[in-house]
Amino acid sequence: MTLLETEAVTVRFGGVVALHEVCLQVQSGEIFAIVGPNGAGKSTLFNLVSRFLDPDTGDIRFEGRSLLAQPPSAIAGLGIARTFQNIELFDHASVLQNLLIGRHTSRRASLPAQLLFLPSVRREEIAHREAVEQVIDFLELQPYRERMIAGLPYGIRKVVELGRALATGPKLVLLDEPASGLSVEETRDMGFWIRDLRDRMGITVVMVEHDMNLVSAISDRVLALSEGRVVVTGPPELVQSHPEVVSAYLGDAPEAVK
Amino acid sequence: MRFRFKEHYDQDIRLFADLADGLRYGSLLLGAVLLPFVLDDFLLGEATSVVIWAIAGMGLMLLTGHAGQVSLGHAAFLALGCYVNAILMNSFGLPFPLAFLLAGVISGLCGVAVAIPALRLHGLYLAIATLALSMLTEDIIVLAEPWTGGVIGLTAPTPEIAGLVIDRYAAPDLFYWLCLGVAVLVTLGYRNLLRSPLGRAFIAIRDSEISAQAAGISLARTKAAAFGLSCMVTGWAGALMGHFFYSFNHEVFTIILSIQLLLMIVIGGLGSIHGAWYGAVIVGLIPQAINLVRDAVGTVAVPGLETSLFSVLIVLFVLYEPHGLHGRLTKWKVWLDLFPFCRRDMFRRQKSYLRTERFR
Repeated sequence: MTLLETEAVTVRFGGVVALHEVCLQVQSGEIFAIVGPNGAGKSTLFNLVSRFLDPDTGDIRFEGRSLLAQPPSAIAGLGIARTFQNIELFDHASVLQNLLIGRHTSRRASLPAQLLFLPSVRREEIAHREAVEQVIDFLELQPYRERMIAGLPYGIRKVVELGRALATGPKLVLLDEPASGLSVEETRDMGFWIRDLRDRMGITVVMVEHDMNLVSAISDRVLALSEGRVVVTGPPELVQSHPEVVSAYLGDAPEAVK
Repeated sequence: MRFRFKEHYDQDIRLFADLADGLRYGSLLLGAVLLPFVLDDFLLGEATSVVIWAIAGMGLMLLTGHAGQVSLGHAAFLALGCYVNAILMNSFGLPFPLAFLLAGVISGLCGVAVAIPALRLHGLYLAIATLALSMLTEDIIVLAEPWTGGVIGLTAPTPEIAGLVIDRYAAPDLFYWLCLGVAVLVTLGYRNLLRSPLGRAFIAIRDSEISAQAAGISLARTKAAAFGLSCMVTGWAGALMGHFFYSFNHEVFTIILSIQLLLMIVIGGLGSIHGAWYGAVIVGLIPQAINLVRDAVGTVAVPGLETSLFSVLIVLFVLYEPHGLHGRLTKWKVWLDLFPFCRRDMFRRQKSYLRTERFR
């Protein structure tokens, strides 16, 4: 089943064509990686799905329904969570609070009920906490539960951001460079978690990643972008050896020039 | 050093962390309630003013400290609450409780109306826009003479609740208890909000609007709620202020009042209810401290001394303790709790990483 689909989306920033008629289809239950050199349009693609940007032409569909009429704040409620390339956590709040903010879409209490903190609100808070504790257990964040984000090391923040995305209870997560800035060991852990959240929680993953080892280790299919155009889509080993992908990353070898 | 062993999630949710904590705040409240039996009428008036400042401070703290929306225009909402309350009582003959409630609600609705343009403004620009609002309000009060009495101003009628006449001069203790009651209710509501989803949404839009949206938080609705609640509480503070001053005109609600309110919560410590109270105590006590020193030294009044002392305090706090009085006290408490294991750099924040501002 196709979960996420873009149909010939084009995005222009003035004269720059960030994405040119990009078509992709993400199947339910797969780990789908997007690779490409800097400026290829990977993050632009994510920002389209998150509705921070409007495409000039084309359509984006999630579970067969167009996302274009939705505001950015409605996307999480549909079941799409995301992380950011440059970590966008709530710095002056604890890890626990950050994860609880991830539960925002499943809140029920009205404003007066919250101001009076009625028993129903308390019950709801405890339910949110239980959901968040499951994420904490899954990502082994127990030692950092009460810590402020502002004092945490970079690697932990990356994990917290993944945790916040999971706390929303998504069907699809968009991970923008989940392994950037992580050590070899942390990258390996991240790879395990990404695979586990697909295998154990049934969450579909779309990730932008530069680390080809991680990409080929965990992804089912890879899409290569270059200068806003799809170069190739296919299994990791095919994409990695594709001549255009190699030239986009490394440039043409001198002997290949006629 | 003590360790709080947690067995139930409710321990993180309930109002007081443990019995000692509850007793501490309980005895503080008891002390505040018994204050009229200790202080003379003049000092009780000062205490009342501190409590009213605290209510106004909590109003602004909600908006600036928690939702991250700087407002230099809160004197406008103090004025709105003050005038609406007095006009409803004078011209429409509404009883005090109803007029008081409505004064807050109307201020809150006006706050929501301000939130709509504020959605597109950030940081400094929002501060400038609200500053303009504060300046406009002074003129509007003068121009709306048939209602506001223009430059002559209005007098607030004596409040009466269920036959109990709360005259600010004849029964200062009753008036103090009225203000204290409002302050305690506002504090409780504020505290409840902070442990609820909306309070977390405020913190989310303060720290990162972009990921707040990605987590499903609507900026428009959350900012409207922040402005609405903040201005409602500020309106109530304004209404009480009107009764406290007895007579008032446009000169009471100047831009200086807005700035003083903002600086008050900065000194107290942004982002905490404690900060609003600490700030109110400082602002309320500076004139008294000056008087004490002046009496002791025996000099004549120095014009502008209060303002300059206040300014010096601000400079010192911004330079040496950006987290305000509350931050400083928390650090001392942690130092004592961990003694002798507190490290010097414990509170030094790691430098924040590059942030995306692309969607601003």
